Amino acid sequence: MSAKLSDAAPETTRERRKSLIPLLQKIQAAEGFLSPDAVKRISRKLKITENEVYGVATFYSQFRFKPPGQFNVKVCLGTACHVGGAHNFLEVMELDKKLGHGETTPDGKFSLERVACLGCCALAPVVVVNSEVHGRMNRVSFMKLLESLDPPSPAEQTPGPPDSTK
Amino acid sequence: MSQEESKIETGFSGGNGKAAAGQRTRVLVCEGTGCVSSKSPEIRAALEKSIAQFRLAEDVEVGFTGCHGFCQIGPIVVVEPEGIFYCRVNPKDADEIVERHLAGGEPVKRLFYRHPVTREVVPYYKDIMFYKKQQRVILRNCGKINPEKISDYEDRGGYQALSRVVLTMMPEQVIEEVRRSGLRGRGGAGFPTAVKWEYCRKQPGDIKYVICNADEGDPGAFMDRSILEADPHTVIEGLAILGFTVGARRGFIYCRAEYPLAIRRITIALEQARQKSYLGKNIVGSGFDFDVEIFEGAGAFVCGEETALIGSIEGSRGMPRSRPPYPAEKGLWGKPTVINNVKTLASIPVIITQGADWYASIGTETSKGTAVFALTGKIANSGLVEVPMGVPLSHIIYDVGGGIPNKKTFKAVQTGGPSGGCLPATQLELPIDFDSLQAAGSMMGSGGLVVMDDDTCIVDVARFFLSFTQSESCGKCVPCRVGTRLMVDLLEKITQGKGTEQDLVKLEKLALLVKHGSLCGLGQTAPNPVLTALRYFRGEFLSHIVDKRCPAAVCRALVTFRVIPDRCTGCRQCVKVCPTEAITGPRSQPHNLDQSKCIKCRACYEICRFDAIAGDAIVIVS
Repeated sequence: MSAKLSDAAPETTRERRKSLIPLLQKIQAAEGFLSPDAVKRISRKLKITENEVYGVATFYSQFRFKPPGQFNVKVCLGTACHVGGAHNFLEVMELDKKLGHGETTPDGKFSLERVACLGCCALAPVVVVNSEVHGRMNRVSFMKLLESLDPPSPAEQTPGPPDSTK
Repeated sequence: MSQEESKIETGFSGGNGKAAAGQRTRVLVCEGTGCVSSKSPEIRAALEKSIAQFRLAEDVEVGFTGCHGFCQIGPIVVVEPEGIFYCRVNPKDADEIVERHLAGGEPVKRLFYRHPVTREVVPYYKDIMFYKKQQRVILRNCGKINPEKISDYEDRGGYQALSRVVLTMMPEQVIEEVRRSGLRGRGGAGFPTAVKWEYCRKQPGDIKYVICNADEGDPGAFMDRSILEADPHTVIEGLAILGFTVGARRGFIYCRAEYPLAIRRITIALEQARQKSYLGKNIVGSGFDFDVEIFEGAGAFVCGEETALIGSIEGSRGMPRSRPPYPAEKGLWGKPTVINNVKTLASIPVIITQGADWYASIGTETSKGTAVFALTGKIANSGLVEVPMGVPLSHIIYDVGGGIPNKKTFKAVQTGGPSGGCLPATQLELPIDFDSLQAAGSMMGSGGLVVMDDDTCIVDVARFFLSFTQSESCGKCVPCRVGTRLMVDLLEKITQGKGTEQDLVKLEKLALLVKHGSLCGLGQTAPNPVLTALRYFRGEFLSHIVDKRCPAAVCRALVTFRVIPDRCTGCRQCVKVCPTEAITGPRSQPHNLDQSKCIKCRACYEICRFDAIAGDAIVIVS
């Protein structure tokens, strides 16, 4: 699937430039990430060079350039979550799934993002899987959560999304 | 208390399900981010279903509100008009609430709020200490209205201020009113709002912009999110008044993408405001045109800085530029622009309707009005707290916050997020206002207040904040880009037990260099957590350096995990969760922990909690 770029581009350079970040967000929301092809399309539409588009997109931590996994795990590293031991979740992802920030497992199941505060500090530490918020986690409950998402049953191995090897 | 509980006035005449004469009963479910994540929309659906089954739909209305600011005990359900406050409600509890309370007239006691320390049961909203000890001005509507219904806001006096301003006041009068109120910017630095407005108003040219800064990036702060989710119209009203005052016709709300619910509520509110002619062409027939668009941030902390925020709207990398010229002179697209924080704008409508004198009567000589804090960390009641400026820190922590739970002791409170500092117990009587906090080496910041107990390591916290600012530094100026990196390296060295006393000297020197040499507020305030930690907790740094000990047993390189054989029942729970097979041992016999394999991940420590008699069998020592 690819996001429609059918709306006409704004006429003035200034307004085209202003619509760059919203457009990047729109495409990422539709396609999951910013592919080289998407960047090319944006570049043509807004008449901004690909270099410039990458320059802006790489500045902001929201944008990703690899497809997310089936379960995109966001670990909140805000103050309250840090004090509550959020770095443990990153370590579990590293040990169990061999994942660092912005990476996706080869089978396309899991991807990991570290995020600054999600504003749910009263529920700290917080982990978000896709868009579901899991509050008051600890290392053990996090491991259980991962297990519940991907039960270890050798019988059925589901293949990852088709474009996960990109 | 238990005797009183059973005789609660419910406003019902009895078990016939008919409300007493007068107001209709309203059941309000909180749908802020916190409560939504604990399934509050399901609760609302379950309540509606159950009410239909009991044929109470005529007498009882189910609605929802935004955040009450007490997310910790969510989901929250409030029954009006009697004001019964239910907390930690589960969708399964809906039937019981409807059957026993709404139909039967007897509230469900087990869902009442309990004071976390005294265990006292509190049935009514108004009696809960957490709320009772607050003075809610900015948060006046939070949890009281349906944020997606403009009429709820209007019923509580909403948009009267805007109408009065555009129909009867001159811009100079508005500035004068704001000046007399003494309002200072709530974004952190506390710059006098009226001065900024007047400066922008006086700039030549007829194209000007106004921006609401809702890029609340400070970790540990969620006030702006709650306000936008619970009362978006008040921010829009404040922004429109600002637009009228400085002569702008176009406004922006720059909101973090991490707050999807807030963005949705603002979008709805903007549409409703346009329909009611509070936005758009010829606002309420005054001839003043003004409209607002929402701009989503893309996850860069530095965009909370005003020039970086402008850069971001312009579609560039969000990098600050040097000031002056200030945005009020040359801002968005080079035009005069006023940028105000969410809380500043939310204060404007009240100042107009209630008067500058009323507002100025709250607070201290130099800091007027109220301050909103997001109280979190090791505190009994965590949530949003609004108190008059000038109250002591201890009031927030002990009276509103209910003190430190789990029989631990207070160690420090971190104010102002990564730009603020850690204040120790000796500073608990410090009055909370812009100037006192600054004098103590911290700052008001955007209002995060993270409480720490003796299980928190100050060196680790300093390292945490610095690594945050280091990774969020945009890289434009050298002191911030390189200086924060070097500081993080030094702090990491200390937490690993490899630091020397010379490192502390270096750290302090670097901190001052970064503070004085950086381009924008991010770098200028980044060293504050380290400087205050060194000022108030030097001993703890020395423990790490000289004794190679972490007194709070947090820093991994300096702690060891031990199994206490007398307490270990041999249940093998820890064996199962250990990721490195460091713990071994047969069932029913004390387990053995191989230090050479242990990676100190805490999994065993966390799971070893079941034995209430002997206590934890796994301990962390330093």
